[in-house]
Amino acid sequence: MSWNSGIHKWKWVALFLLPGLFGLSLFVLYPILSSFWLAFQDWNLLRPPEFIGLGNFQELMGDRDFWRALGYTLTFILMYVPVVFVLGLALALFLNQKARGMLIVRASSFLPVVASWVVVSLIWKWIFNPQYGLINYGLGVLGIQGPAWLFEPQTAVYAMVITSVWKDVGYIALLYLGGLQNISESYYEAARIDGATRWRVMRHITLPLLTPTMFFVTITLLINYFQMFEQVWLMPMRDSAADRQVEVIVTEVVKNAFSYSRMGYASAMSWVLFVLIFAITIVQLRLQKRWVYYESAE
Amino acid sequence: MLRRLLFAVGCASLVLAAPALAQDSTTVRYFTFSAAPDYLEELDTIVTAFEEANPGVNVEVETAPFADYFTLLQAGVASGDAPDVFELNYESFVTYAANGALLDISDLVSADAPFYPRALEAFQYEGAQMALPATFSTVLMFYNADLFDQAEVAYPTADWTWEDAIAAAQAIRALGDDTWGLFSPTQFWEFYKKAAQNGECSFFNADMTESTINSPACVSTLETMVGFMNDDLMPTASELSGVSDSELFLSGKLGMLVTGIWMFGAFADAPFAWDVEVEPAINQNANHFFANGVAVSSSTANGEAAAAWATFLASSETAANVRVEAGWELPALNEPAYFEAYLEQTPPENREAVFAALENPVTPPVIERQNEMQDAVNALLTQVVDGELTAQEALDQAKAELDALIN
Repeated sequence: MSWNSGIHKWKWVALFLLPGLFGLSLFVLYPILSSFWLAFQDWNLLRPPEFIGLGNFQELMGDRDFWRALGYTLTFILMYVPVVFVLGLALALFLNQKARGMLIVRASSFLPVVASWVVVSLIWKWIFNPQYGLINYGLGVLGIQGPAWLFEPQTAVYAMVITSVWKDVGYIALLYLGGLQNISESYYEAARIDGATRWRVMRHITLPLLTPTMFFVTITLLINYFQMFEQVWLMPMRDSAADRQVEVIVTEVVKNAFSYSRMGYASAMSWVLFVLIFAITIVQLRLQKRWVYYESAE
Repeated sequence: MLRRLLFAVGCASLVLAAPALAQDSTTVRYFTFSAAPDYLEELDTIVTAFEEANPGVNVEVETAPFADYFTLLQAGVASGDAPDVFELNYESFVTYAANGALLDISDLVSADAPFYPRALEAFQYEGAQMALPATFSTVLMFYNADLFDQAEVAYPTADWTWEDAIAAAQAIRALGDDTWGLFSPTQFWEFYKKAAQNGECSFFNADMTESTINSPACVSTLETMVGFMNDDLMPTASELSGVSDSELFLSGKLGMLVTGIWMFGAFADAPFAWDVEVEPAINQNANHFFANGVAVSSSTANGEAAAAWATFLASSETAANVRVEAGWELPALNEPAYFEAYLEQTPPENREAVFAALENPVTPPVIERQNEMQDAVNALLTQVVDGELTAQEALDQAKAELDALIN
C-alpha cells in the first residue's frame, strides 16, 4: 500500500471515529480534565471559580466525613469482596456442570445482575423491613428478634453487603464460567487417566488455570466497589440513623457537588479516589506475578 | 465527500440556532419548582393575567421538580444563562443573595403591596430587598379528636404547653399497644423551632460569629424532644418500619402529629374527626414560618419587566385568589379578604390556627453553607435518638461543626 493511499484510508477511519470521539471528548475527556482543574479551585457555581492551590486537598485531610466515608467504603470492600469472590466461584463450578435445565439455572442466576438497583433496593427494603419483612419474620419463627436492618448504621451495612452479593454473584460467576470453559478438556482427561481425585483435579488443574480470571475478578471488584454508590444512596430508610451516617466516598462526592455546591472540593475528592484506585491496581498488577498463572507464558 | 458532510452539519446547526435570533417583544423567563406538576394551569392563569396587564411582555415558564431545581438553577447561573425570575425557598435565599446572583429590587417594588412585614423582611439582605415573599406555610399540631374522646382528655388549646401535650399523649398511649401519643420528629427543622419555643436557645449568637447551639437551654430543649421517644409516647423509626408519620395518623393510631398545613388535603378524608391547634409552648409560643420567594436574576437584561412579573406573582389579587382557590400554598399577604374562601373550608374546623401561627413566626437559622449545617445537625440528632451520644455531647460537637461552617 502506498503512502498516499494510507493517508486516504486514515481520512476514512477518522471520519468514522469522529462521532464516537466527539461524544467521548465532550462527555468524558473534557469533564475529566476540567474536574482536575476544578480540584484546585473553590467554586460554588454562583461565583466564578477561585484558585486556592492545594486548599481542597488540605481540607480533605482533616475532613471527618471523608475519613468516615473512606472507612465505610473499606468496610464494605472487606466484607463484600471475599464473599462474592468465593460464592461466585462456587456458583460457577455448580453452573459448569452438564445437567438438564442448567441453561435455565444459569439464566436465572444472571437476572439480578441485569435488574436495576432501584428495583433491587425496593425489593430488599421490603425483605429487610423490621416489622413486615421476610427476614425478620423468618427469624421470629426461630424465636429470634431481628434487628432494625436498614435503620441502624451497622446492620444497614450488613444488609447492603447481602444485597450486593445477591445482585453481583451472577456476574462474577459468569466471569468464572468463561474461565472454566476456557480450560482445555485434555488436562482433565490426562488427570483422569492418572487417577486423580476430584479434589486434586480442582486444586492442581482448575484453580491454577483459573487464576487469570480470579485476578481479573479481583481487580474489577475492587475498582467497582471503591466507586460503590447506588446501594448506599438508595437502601437506608429515609431519615434513619443509617441514612444520615452511612456514606461512602462517591456519595460524599455527590453530596458535596450537588447538595453543598462545592464543585472544587468534590472534584478534589474524586481525584483522591482515582489515585487510591490507581495505586491499589498497580500494587495488584505487581503482585500478580506471585500467584497468577498464564497458560500461554509456558 | 468529507467537505459536503461538514457543510451539512454546519447548515443543520444554523437551523437549530435560528429561533433564538427571532425575538422582538420582551421575554421574561420564569423558573419554578412549586408549579409542576399540579398547578401549571393555575400558573398559566396568572401569566395570562399579567401579560394582559403588561402588553409586550411575555412570560416563559420553565419548571423542574424540587429535587433537581437548585442544580439546574446553579448550572444556569454558572453558565450565564440564568432565568430572569426564579423561585427560591427562604433557606436558599441567603446563599444566592450573598453570592451576588440576585438583583436589588428595592426601588422596583411598590411600597404599598400588602405583604406581611415579617415576610418581606425575611427576603432582605444587608438592608436591600433582594426577593419578594410569594407564599408561606406553617406547621401546626394536628390531633385525632376521636382518640382524645376515647382517652377522655380535653382537646388541645392555644395556651397548651408541652407538659399538657405529654399528659394527653400518655393517656392516648394507654389506649393500646399500637396507639401512639404524639409524633414530632427529632430533626433540624423541629429543633430550631422548639428552640424558639424555649426562648433562650438559639443556634447562633446575634452577630453570627459563633454557634450557641450547645447552651444549657438548647440541651434541655433537645432533651424534651428526645423524651417523647424515650418515654415511649412516640414510635421510633424502626417501630414505624417505613410507615410515614402521616400514614400513621391517617390509620387512626396517632393522637397528635406536628406537621405542615400542606397536609390538610391529604387528611381531608380521614375516617375520624380531627382538628388543628397552634403548637404547644415550652416557655413561649413559636411557629414555623416557611416562605418561598421570587427573585430577579442579577444578570437579567430586562430588570424592570422581570421585577414587574415577580411583583405580580407575589402580590396581585389575581395571583392570591388563584393560589387560595387551588390550595397552592398561601400568598404572604396581609389581606384577610383573600383568605375568606380558605377559612370556610373544613376540615379542619380551626383553620384560623394557620393565621394565629403567624403571630409568632420562626424562620430557620440560615447560613451560606445551609445544607451542610442541616446534614451535620441531623446526623448528630439521630445519634442522640439512638442513645449513642447525650444531648450535651451531640450539641458540643454540633457547635464545633457549625463554627467551622460559618468561619
